[in-house]
Amino acid sequence: MEEILKIEHLVKTFGTNEVLKDIDFTVSKGNVISIIGASGSGKSTLLRCINMLEEATGGKILYHGKDILSGEVDEDKYRTKVGMVFQSFNLFNNYSVLDNCILGQTHVLKRNKEEAKAKAIEYLSKVGMAQYIKAKPRQLSGGQKQRVAIARALAMDPEVLLFDEPTSALDPEMVGEVLDVMKDLAEGGMTMLVVTHEMAFARDVSNRVIYMADGRIEEEGSPKDIFYNPQSPRTKEFLSRFTAN
Amino acid sequence: MKLSQSSLLLSDFGGEMTIAEMNFFQRMIYILQQYGGSLVKGAATTMAIAIICTLLGCVIGFAVGLVQTTEPHKKDGLLKRGILRVVKFILTAYVEVFRGTPMMLQAAFIYYGMSQLFGINLGMWSAAIIIVSVNTGAYMAETVRGGILSVDPGQREGARAIGMSHFQTMLLVILPQALRNIMPQIGNNLIINIKDTCVLSIIGTVELFFTFKSISGALYTYFEAATVTMIIYFVLTFACSRILRYVESRMDGPSNFDLATTDTLAFTSGLTKYNAKKGGTF
Repeated sequence: MEEILKIEHLVKTFGTNEVLKDIDFTVSKGNVISIIGASGSGKSTLLRCINMLEEATGGKILYHGKDILSGEVDEDKYRTKVGMVFQSFNLFNNYSVLDNCILGQTHVLKRNKEEAKAKAIEYLSKVGMAQYIKAKPRQLSGGQKQRVAIARALAMDPEVLLFDEPTSALDPEMVGEVLDVMKDLAEGGMTMLVVTHEMAFARDVSNRVIYMADGRIEEEGSPKDIFYNPQSPRTKEFLSRFTAN
Repeated sequence: MKLSQSSLLLSDFGGEMTIAEMNFFQRMIYILQQYGGSLVKGAATTMAIAIICTLLGCVIGFAVGLVQTTEPHKKDGLLKRGILRVVKFILTAYVEVFRGTPMMLQAAFIYYGMSQLFGINLGMWSAAIIIVSVNTGAYMAETVRGGILSVDPGQREGARAIGMSHFQTMLLVILPQALRNIMPQIGNNLIINIKDTCVLSIIGTVELFFTFKSISGALYTYFEAATVTMIIYFVLTFACSRILRYVESRMDGPSNFDLATTDTLAFTSGLTKYNAKKGGTF
C-alpha cells in the first residue's frame, strides 16, 4: 500500500510538559486508523501536530517522503491534502452551509464557482445535508454541523482526513448520524485517522487501532488484537472500563 | 450679527415684539425662523464630519488592530520580527497618546502646530477631518483588537485546516465576524463623534455647536438656543442609533432559511420556505 504519512520519533512539549514522547507510525492509503486512550494521553495533540496546528518539538512527519517540519513542503498546500474535522465543528459562522463548502475550493484551490458549487452539493448530499445549503451554522444542530464540517473537508479532495473526537461534543442521539457518515467514508476507501472515544466505531469500522497512554503509543494492532487480545496491561485496564458493563 | 438687529420684529405673532418681550416658545420659533438655515448647515457639517471621520477611523482602527493582533510566524527572520515590534510600539504609542489627551487640545495642537512649525495652513475641513479621524482611529484600534480576539479561535483553525493563508483567514473569516461583533461599538463611536465635533469650534469649524454659540452670542438667548440645538443633536444621534440597529439586524440575516428540496437540487430551480422557528415539513 502507498504510504501517505510516516511519523518518526515525534516529540511535542508544552513548556516542560512532554505531551508526545517518541511517536512512530505510518498511515497508508485506505487505512482507517482509530486512536484511543484516556483524556490527556496526547491523542488530540498528535492530530494537531500532523495538521501543523501545533508545531512539533522534534521528530519528523513525512508526507510522501518529504518532511513537512523542515519547510520543504508548503504548509497551506499540505493542509488541503490532509483535512481536519474538529470536535467543535469550526464551521465559518458568517457563511451559509453551501459557502462553507465552497470558500476553500474557490480561494485555496482556485476552482471556478460552478465547479466548486457542484462539488459542494455532491458532498453535502453524501452527508445528507444538501437540503440545508442556505442555512447558517447557528441554525443547525450539532450533528448537522459536524456533517457539514465533514463535507467541507471532503470538498477539498484530501488524501487523508483527520478526525479530532468528532462526536464528543454531540448529544447522544446525534452521535449515530455522524458515525454513519464516517462509516460510509471508511467503506468508500477514504484514508482516515480518527481520535475517538467511540469504542464500537474503533472496533467495527477501523482496520487498525492505536492505543495511546502518557504520550506514547502503548499498543498498536488490528481491532481484533487490541479489543480481544490486548498485550499490554494498560490497554487491558483501559478497555476493561468499556467491557465491564 | 449685530446686537441692534436682535430687536427685529416678529411679524408672525401679529404684534411688534422685541426678543425681551417674547416667551420661551416664541423665542425658539424666532431662532428657527432667523437661524434655521445656519442650524441646518451646522447640523449637516456636524453629520458630515462625524460620518466621514467614523468611517476613516474604522479604516485606521482595522489597520492598527490587524497589526496589533499579528503574531510573528515561526519561520520569520530576525529583521521581520524586529520591524513588527517597532511598528507595534509606534502604533501602541499612537493609541495611548490619542486616547489619553483631550480631543480639543489635539485639535489646537495639530491645527496651530502645523502652521507654526511647518507653515502648513490646514483648511478648516481637512483639519477637522484629520483630527477626528485620527482620534476615532485610536479608540477603534482597541475595539477592533477586542473584536478580533472575541472571535472563537476555532474559526481560525477551521480556516487554516483547509489551507487558507493567514491573510485569507483574516479577510474572509475573522474580520467579517469581528466587524459584526463591534458594530454596537462603531455605532457608539459615531454618536460620540456627532457630539464631540463640538470641540472643533476651537479651530473655527462652523458646525452645530459653533452655530449655537453664534446664535446665543447674537441674541443673548442661551436657554432657548441651547434647547433648540440640543433637540437637533438628539434627533441626529437617535436617528443614527436606530439606523445602526437596522444595519445590525440586516447583517445577522433572517432567522429563517430556505430549505432546498431534493428536486430543486437536481433541477436547480425554486426553493421552498422553511421556518426554522416554527419547524416545518419539506
